Amino acid sequence: MSAVIAEHDHHDDDHAHGPEKGLLRWIVTTNHKDIGTLYLVFALTMFFVGGAMAMVIRAELFEPGLQFVEPQFFNSMTTMHALVMVFGAVMPGFVGLANWMIPMMIGAPDMALPRMNNMSFWMLVAGVLLLASTLFMEGGAPASGWTLYPPLVLQTGKALPFAIFSVHLLGISSIMGAINIIATIFNMRAPGMTLMKMPLFVWTWLITAFLLIAVMPVFAGAVTMLLTDKFFETSFFNAAGGGDPVLYQHIFWFFGHPEVYIMILPTFGVASTIIPVFARKPLFGYSSMVYATASIAFLSFIVWAHHMFTVGMPIAGELYFMYATMLIAIPTGVKVFNWTATMWKGSMTFETPMLFSIAFVVLFTLGGFTGLMMSIAPSDFQYHDTYFIVAHFHYTLVPASVFILMAAGYYWLPKWTGHMYNEKIGQLHFWLSAVSVNILFFPQHFLGLAGMPRRIPDYAVQFADWNMISSIGGFIFGASQLLFLYIVIDTVRGGTGEKVSDEVWEDAHKHGLEWTLPSPAPYHTFTTPPTVIPTEHI
Amino acid sequence: MSSHDTYYIPHKATWPVMATAGLMMFLAGFANYLNHSSIGSPMMMIGFAIFIVMLAGWFTLQATESESGMYSTQVGISFRMGMMWFIFSEVMFFAVFFGSLWYTRNLSVPWLGGEGIGAATKELLWPEFEAHWPTNGPAKLIKGMPTEDGEFEPMGAFGLPLLNTLILLTSGVTCTWAHHGLLAGHREQLIKGLIATVTLGFLFVAFQAFEYHEAYTEMGLTLGSGIYGSTFFMLTGFHGFHVCVGAIILSVVLFRSSKGHFKPENHFAFEAAAWYWHFVDVVWLGLFVFVYLI
Ligand code: HEM
Ligand SMILES: [Cu+2]
Repeated sequence: MSAVIAEHDHHDDDHAHGPEKGLLRWIVTTNHKDIGTLYLVFALTMFFVGGAMAMVIRAELFEPGLQFVEPQFFNSMTTMHALVMVFGAVMPGFVGLANWMIPMMIGAPDMALPRMNNMSFWMLVAGVLLLASTLFMEGGAPASGWTLYPPLVLQTGKALPFAIFSVHLLGISSIMGAINIIATIFNMRAPGMTLMKMPLFVWTWLITAFLLIAVMPVFAGAVTMLLTDKFFETSFFNAAGGGDPVLYQHIFWFFGHPEVYIMILPTFGVASTIIPVFARKPLFGYSSMVYATASIAFLSFIVWAHHMFTVGMPIAGELYFMYATMLIAIPTGVKVFNWTATMWKGSMTFETPMLFSIAFVVLFTLGGFTGLMMSIAPSDFQYHDTYFIVAHFHYTLVPASVFILMAAGYYWLPKWTGHMYNEKIGQLHFWLSAVSVNILFFPQHFLGLAGMPRRIPDYAVQFADWNMISSIGGFIFGASQLLFLYIVIDTVRGGTGEKVSDEVWEDAHKHGLEWTLPSPAPYHTFTTPPTVIPTEHI
Repeated sequence: MSSHDTYYIPHKATWPVMATAGLMMFLAGFANYLNHSSIGSPMMMIGFAIFIVMLAGWFTLQATESESGMYSTQVGISFRMGMMWFIFSEVMFFAVFFGSLWYTRNLSVPWLGGEGIGAATKELLWPEFEAHWPTNGPAKLIKGMPTEDGEFEPMGAFGLPLLNTLILLTSGVTCTWAHHGLLAGHREQLIKGLIATVTLGFLFVAFQAFEYHEAYTEMGLTLGSGIYGSTFFMLTGFHGFHVCVGAIILSVVLFRSSKGHFKPENHFAFEAAAWYWHFVDVVWLGLFVFVYLI
């Protein structure tokens, strides 16, 4: 229990700065809440941009044959959809949450390096702008798939150097954001906020930030080699000069596998924050959650070639990467067990954030199981590059990372805005999403097992039925997300009109410092650190 | 953690947006240049100019704030953590190129020569090719083009590279000597040490430029000399670039030292520059061993 003494209304003159006026406020801001808002709005926008591309994909695949778009453009769509969603929506979404919540959760006045914080955001915008500009170039946007494998990607037209530099900018942005988060967590905690008292969201972000700093430079290096192979005569990925295209795959996946955990670890963190509040119980197995997160992060560095089982690795490599990959199921299982145990015998209520979180636990587990199937190398020979893969990673990303981003929105919007969202529409949004996401992705398992390849604009008629069902699911899912947009705008503009309390959710103040602050949270919080820390989760 | 109340939070930042604009302009210009568009070079130059102005402005701001005592110990720790993790990201960047060198040299080139699972590769692609190192690959690439018997001369270790190793190691020592001077309050030692470090740094770069010139004009060794040329120039090139940056940062530190900046108990900029310099030093040792020596 806690009696937090948060002297947030204590101002002396140097601290009593309000925000700048007008548009300039958002450009020059160093405030973690402003920057968090910028990230979140940007992520939501990109979610709809990437979503529109997904609609193009599903429309084309609605029936066999070519109906709407050229195959080349179709391939650009799959590529850009993935890049926009990964680098424009999911990652910035979680960085936005980190910006908003980490200082409030650890009792800090702001992020450790506020100017750099501003730069991280604008570098992100610059990177995405460069990427988006490729859509309008001669030769079209990159169409090689988001993995940018050579030699195929080297056939990209004018877009290639722009796409490569956009990766550099996105990398700079992520690395600076991550450095900031690490410095904040290590250096800005209020007295008494020991590492093992930190909310799990903070823990998972600490570990994610480490992953980011470790692998974003690796991706930057890989695309730099693509650039020199194309324009400066090098032969890193060219066997004629003694290089090897498979080398690119190794480097890419050394980045790529940790990258998928960069998207899922903060997801775990938010789920571990929300579930206890609505189960009205402390999180089950706090320290095992921390250790499981760290183990997953460690393992994520040594399993990358499970994406390359069919590439022709030596048998020792196949076996090693197969067993190492299977190991990940253990810490992941610990987490699923802990969430379930947290809910066990809890006095649960099912507000929208909790609904999304429960759906996350169930559907993410499904994605984990297909992952386990694919980790068996000989089986993966069958699954690789089919729609089965597409089903797998969409289960781990859409009803997991994206659902949890939504859950976080519903959960913290009242704290951010001081207004309550419309619970009825929230629940409608949830049920529409949860049902349609399964109509969308579950049939893709069958398609994959039956042999339908991924990244293909046309297919054999035997795949027609499941594709049509999947597309229908996709359209419903896409349309349902407009409800979320509506709810967010509505809440910002006053929501239900009901005055929300500081703790918003019953007894939430036992679970985190942010609920001890007024709603909406004032522009500057914790200019003097709080002295008593909630201990409920231990 | 005692000085929380005084944590300095700047309230407006104009340089970061400018940095972004400059860098984006530069990169977009570079991309245009690579696509043979005539707006490429001017865009690059404008972007670069913006970036330089930004650097000057931002560093001046930090220096002024630091000297006027706005940064508490806690702020200083944040800066130091930032620098440490930045260097870690650089380590990972270099690791990619070292890793590529290792992979091609020990795996893919032997496979092309028929070793292990590469047996079929050899038969089907280049049955003539015998694996060896250094190599410009089965197609004997010269300036990126296949040739019948294109040869190049690999870079030896003894000579300029060894001399450069000594130069960088010495500069590490002079840098530490300068640091001792700063800690003991001997400004003259600080300045002399920095002058020596910066001079050695630029000397290193000059020698390397000379080495590149030799490679391109005398030895037939270019970026286009197959995988040996690729790894050689990318590794040493990125390293050389980092030496330049490090030497420029140290020059700024030298300039600030001559203005009387830095105190024995508070000199983050010096520390950051010194860490960076030692990092560049260590990378060079790796290069000397793996690229030149073995
Ligand atoms: C239990 C844990 C997991 C296991 C064992 C696992 C295993 C695998 C394997 C073996 C593949 C390669 C399949 C192939 O291409 O043949 C794969 C692909 C993929 N996984 Fe997972 N996975 C797990 C969890 C996750 C999570 C948590 C995410 C993301 C949040 C994720 C995202 C992806 C993505 C994006 C791909 C496809 C990449 C591509 O080829 O474009 N996976 N997974
Ligand atoms: Cu993976």
